[in-house]
Amino acid sequence: MNLQNFWFVLIAVLWGGYFVLEGFDFGVGMLLPFLPRDEGERSAMFESIGPVWDGNEVWLVVAGAATFAAFPAWYGTMFSGFYLALLLILFFLIVRVVSFEWRAKSESPRWRRIWMWANAGGSAGIALVWGIGLSNLLHGVPIDSNGDYAGGFWNLFTGYPILGGIAFVLVFAFHGAIYLTLRTVGDLCERSQRAARLLAIPAVAVGAGYLIWTVAVAVDRNDKSVFPPVLPAAIALAAFALAAVFVYSRRGGIAFTLSVVGTLALVATLFTSLYPRVMVSSPDFANSLTVQNASSAHYTLAVMSVVAAICLPLVLIYQGWTYHVFRARVGGDELTGATETSAV
Amino acid sequence: MGLLASTSVDLARLQFATTSIYHFLFVPLTLGLGPLVAIMQTLWLRTKDERWLRLTRFFGTLFLINFAIGVATGLVQEFEFGMNWSIYAKFVGNVFGAPLAIEGLAAFMLESTFLGLWIFGWNRLSPRLHLATLWIAVLGTWLSAYFILVANSWMQHPVGYKIVHGEAQLTSVWALLSNGFALRAYLHTILAGVIFGSILMLGVCCWHFLRGRQVELFRKAALLALIVAVPITFLQLIVGNRFGEAVTSAQGMKIAASEAQWNTCQPCGFSLFQIGGFTKSDPTPSFSITIPRLLSYMADGSFGGQVQGLNQLQAKEQSKYGPGNYIPDVRVIYWSMRVMAFAGVLMFLVAALGAWLYRRKRLERARWFHRTAIAAIALPYIAATAGWILTEMGRQPWIVQGLLLTSKASSPNVSTTWIGISLGVFVALYVILGLVDFVLMRRYARPGGPEEREELAVPAVTY
Repeated sequence: MNLQNFWFVLIAVLWGGYFVLEGFDFGVGMLLPFLPRDEGERSAMFESIGPVWDGNEVWLVVAGAATFAAFPAWYGTMFSGFYLALLLILFFLIVRVVSFEWRAKSESPRWRRIWMWANAGGSAGIALVWGIGLSNLLHGVPIDSNGDYAGGFWNLFTGYPILGGIAFVLVFAFHGAIYLTLRTVGDLCERSQRAARLLAIPAVAVGAGYLIWTVAVAVDRNDKSVFPPVLPAAIALAAFALAAVFVYSRRGGIAFTLSVVGTLALVATLFTSLYPRVMVSSPDFANSLTVQNASSAHYTLAVMSVVAAICLPLVLIYQGWTYHVFRARVGGDELTGATETSAV
Repeated sequence: MGLLASTSVDLARLQFATTSIYHFLFVPLTLGLGPLVAIMQTLWLRTKDERWLRLTRFFGTLFLINFAIGVATGLVQEFEFGMNWSIYAKFVGNVFGAPLAIEGLAAFMLESTFLGLWIFGWNRLSPRLHLATLWIAVLGTWLSAYFILVANSWMQHPVGYKIVHGEAQLTSVWALLSNGFALRAYLHTILAGVIFGSILMLGVCCWHFLRGRQVELFRKAALLALIVAVPITFLQLIVGNRFGEAVTSAQGMKIAASEAQWNTCQPCGFSLFQIGGFTKSDPTPSFSITIPRLLSYMADGSFGGQVQGLNQLQAKEQSKYGPGNYIPDVRVIYWSMRVMAFAGVLMFLVAALGAWLYRRKRLERARWFHRTAIAAIALPYIAATAGWILTEMGRQPWIVQGLLLTSKASSPNVSTTWIGISLGVFVALYVILGLVDFVLMRRYARPGGPEEREELAVPAVTY
């Protein structure tokens, strides 16, 4: 595998890591207006992701910067082309970040409600817009012969990408509900169970529709054969369907593992469908950006590979350790010496 | 069309200036308050003195309120390179993208993950391990600043690259990482961060002295702040000056503009204040206060050194790069340099005065000094803002010194309307966030604020 392909895979891995980890944070955020009955339960939901959401979000920062370094032309065209969509994402990201830190800083119910909604709206909004944006990479957008985006804002909103956005929202809500069944206790845990069961069918159905449509778009608009994209798509579909089954049989641990696999396979489906292109051009297919024509030179990729080979395993180890440290359920008796200093 | 294009470049510049200056109001406090909080927690662990724990919690809260907004606004910076400056992004990605990606993987991951461990780990980790998480997070913030300054310094003084097919390609990562400009800029920035932390701490302590609240407790913190602030504010004056020498060799135009030096001089006096003399047609100030030979010393370390004038540099640049105006906005550069330097000197004086009062055992009672120290909290913010205006506007018309003009680097497909919309969104959002942040910081720094009322034995549930 040459370095360009290696970095294409690595960027897919970074997006996968982002959506698996921040995916359940988004899910917890989206469920904030619906699950908790009182302030204590809302706090427990915040605390279930409090120690980890920031580390999870960094996967996006790295995915973005890695794209900048490894595929500058992809980065420049995508970020300038999806301008208003990315502006929306930034807006949601910002209000969501500060909601974590600021919500607990006042007792006022109105103040807390504002930041609860900021978190919920931000979570849903980010998931929706990333789903639309990433789907458009495959669906194809107008790109001129200089490799610049030649469309407008509304070009991004066609059937397939919109379904992608909805699928991301539902899948992450489902993923987050399963996560909550593992991290909460008592009534809140029961309601998380119900939410997971309620979300299972729409998430699996819309997710399946999106996966199938993705393979179809890959064949239809990106000159791909059904195989290999169908392989990760089948894995994703099976994983989500099984996750639903295990949610109904109350096997939260297995269900969560499966929704992790499903999310990874969903991202893999998208990137397998894209390869060797990184941004499909439509109608002028020849202007598509590819792994070859959008990449940095060999030396940069080699340097970055060494850095990634050293850092990424370390990141996985210490982030894994973090989850181990905070494995206890929240909202139980031992609430919550942990938040002594203050709470992000 | 030409007019429209230049408008969109101007708007994109305005947006970058607004968002990065804003971002940098929060970053240096993170860089400086982090290690100070870690020192206090270390002292608590070493001495078992509960007062250090209370101070750790008090300043730890301020640190975290500030940190959140720094993180949130940092994302905008990364995205902006692609959104508003796609030609720049494509031109420099090979070189400039690498330190950004390394920053994410090696530094930002560390900082975010371990800060989460610190915030929530009080009762779950052993005290030593818990302290270690904070020091690791601090290490993350310091590493992060290094990689970001490597990236920025490459724009000021490009090294370790070659131009292939109209794009810059990296040839030596070592040259990039050991860029002398970057190392000096890094030292200057880290010291600035520590000054932010210690000056803020001193001001907050003085606020408590002024109100006569928790005087015993905050005397300890004030001593720590002074031990740090006095030497570091002094060292910064020297480091800033040495940094100026590096800038002189890499960006002569920036230094000439910062002195409004239109014609080559030898030896050169340093102008403390002047009226007029900021334009080509009016090169001689109508009034000025000048210290003889000081500029020569600042520029190259000798009192007889030569400093090239703007006119001579302009002629040189024209013969090298073709016709065009290569002189930055002299008035802005001249004043940003002075505001930064004067604020730096003032901070040293405030710290030194505080130390003198402390030695005379009068710090807790000198009400005039308390008011001065509280007001002095504004100084690092003013100095850092002026410093970045000097650094970035002093590089104009270049976005990458000598390689790419700012006017040719913006996204060709992004309309003026879009940039206008995003600028409006950021300004509105940032104003609101800034106000909330200010109110919260004030509330939690205030004498008798929430952190002080909490009983240590029964930690309040803040979540």
